[in-house]
Amino acid sequence: MAQYQLLHCRINGRNVEQMVDVRASLTDVLRNDFRLTSVKKGCEVGECGACAVLIDGECYNSCLYLAVWAEGKEILTLEGLTGPNGELSDIQQAFIDEAAIQCGFCTPGLIMTATEILAQHRLYSDDELRKLLSGHLCRCTGYENILRAVKKTMLQRLGLPDQTTAEG
Amino acid sequence: MYDLSALYQAQTVAQAVELRLAHPEARIIAGGTDVLVQMREGKLAGAALISIQGIDALRGVSLEEDGTLRIGSLTTFTKLSAHPLIRQYIPVLGEAVDQVGGPQIRNAGTIGGNTCNGVTSADSASTLFAWDALVELTGKNGVRRVPIQDFYIRSGVVDLRGEEGEIQTAILIPRESYAHTFGFYIKYAMRNAMDIATLGTSVNVRLSPDKKTFERVRIAFGVAGPVPLRAWQAEGSIRGREVSPEAVEECSQTVLQDIAPRDSWRASKAFRQHIAVECTRRCLVESVKRAGGDL
Ligand SMILES: Cc1cc2nc3c(=O)[nH]c(=O)nc-3n(C[C@H](O)[C@H](O)[C@H](O)COP(=O)(O)OP(=O)(O)OC[C@H]3O[C@@H](n4cnc5c(N)ncnc54)[C@H](O)[C@@H]3O)c2cc1C
Ligand code: FES
Ligand code: FES
Repeated sequence: MAQYQLLHCRINGRNVEQMVDVRASLTDVLRNDFRLTSVKKGCEVGECGACAVLIDGECYNSCLYLAVWAEGKEILTLEGLTGPNGELSDIQQAFIDEAAIQCGFCTPGLIMTATEILAQHRLYSDDELRKLLSGHLCRCTGYENILRAVKKTMLQRLGLPDQTTAEG
Repeated sequence: MYDLSALYQAQTVAQAVELRLAHPEARIIAGGTDVLVQMREGKLAGAALISIQGIDALRGVSLEEDGTLRIGSLTTFTKLSAHPLIRQYIPVLGEAVDQVGGPQIRNAGTIGGNTCNGVTSADSASTLFAWDALVELTGKNGVRRVPIQDFYIRSGVVDLRGEEGEIQTAILIPRESYAHTFGFYIKYAMRNAMDIATLGTSVNVRLSPDKKTFERVRIAFGVAGPVPLRAWQAEGSIRGREVSPEAVEECSQTVLQDIAPRDSWRASKAFRQHIAVECTRRCLVESVKRAGGDL
């Protein structure tokens, strides 16, 4: 017996209303009902972070989140980071510039975690950044360039010089 | 889609109790980081769920009039480790839960779920054992409080009375437990993030005012037995002794009389015994340091 519920929330700055199956994960609804396909299905058991989105500013694995729990919440996916004409945000551009993307499957999730980190407006050490990024698996890049992209954007936003590139 | 047969949603504790009584077969879901994984894996396939996500009254940390630290069962690990009261009175608990999974899991997972699952490796459990936490349960006949040692019955089974519609509403740390007390937790795992503990060791000490004597030492382990456990003999062996490397060493060796680890694919019994001694030693040293003592 299927059970449905009318869900009201904000997705990428837009108020939405959608009838959802209570069995749906937030990943299911974002992908299937809203075509937000940056939200990837990797493991679907919370291990890889490919499905990560921000909910009221905190990063969650949307595969371990019932869609109906999003009632009244503010959801942000990668699609919500770009400007009105599709301009890339600083953190997206940094991933490209630092070659932090290869196949790209892990990238949207990692950028959402990076978005949560950068929103703190704090200067983190490399070790702290590694820990904050540790809920994601990337099978391609070896993580170093991802760390560099996040660090570079963090320093830029804090108005600090980027020692790693300034010297070369 | 999750393979669930029905979803009931509670906004208040009273509603949750009513739903429990009306649907005794249904499983409670809080943050869902255990339940939804088990549903995907098939263990809970087809189950009905009672969601308590909406009970905001169960979130947060506060100080009761008599100084008891009250942690609402729906408090997430992220909120717990950042909370000023936790940082002030029992920082080791915040440090312990800051080692659960990864950041997204810590944003979702709750302390209630971490204790109600009855799992010996739960990162909060050994510290809650070591600090004599009380578990608050609310059911149709009101509220009862049980020492955490009694809450765990056996692996995966806790003292939650379904027939009374009970849910866990808080974890309490009495003032007597945390006053003048300093602790340390070591999660021994194969990697730093996204791994379950091979052994969890949580120790805390209260030194005499001159910092020369161990007034009280409490030691607890996760994964040293089917449920978390206290090392009563080791604790007794060091109580009242002078703060010295010898006392620390003897106490650490004594934990072998208290623990009953087993062989598993994660680690052998012999290895767990070895690291239990070593982790106890390191936790004791660090706790003494935090308490202002000299070793
Ligand atoms: C990728 C991943 C990594 C993980 N790593 C760790 C780790 O390193 N360390 C660790 O300790 N855990 C880890 N976990 C397990 C899990 O995140 C924790 O056990 C978490 O605390 C569960 O909380 P929850 O709110 O998500 O529980 P849920 O899944 O909602 O519930 C867990 C159990 O508790 C019951 N329950 C929950 N709340 C209540 C309540 N208030 N009253 C009565 N019953 C209740 C539920 O019925 C269920 O049986 C990991 C999980 C994942 C997916
Ligand atoms: S798909 Fe959600 S964590 Fe892997
Ligand atoms: S770029 Fe391929 S998984 Fe990260």
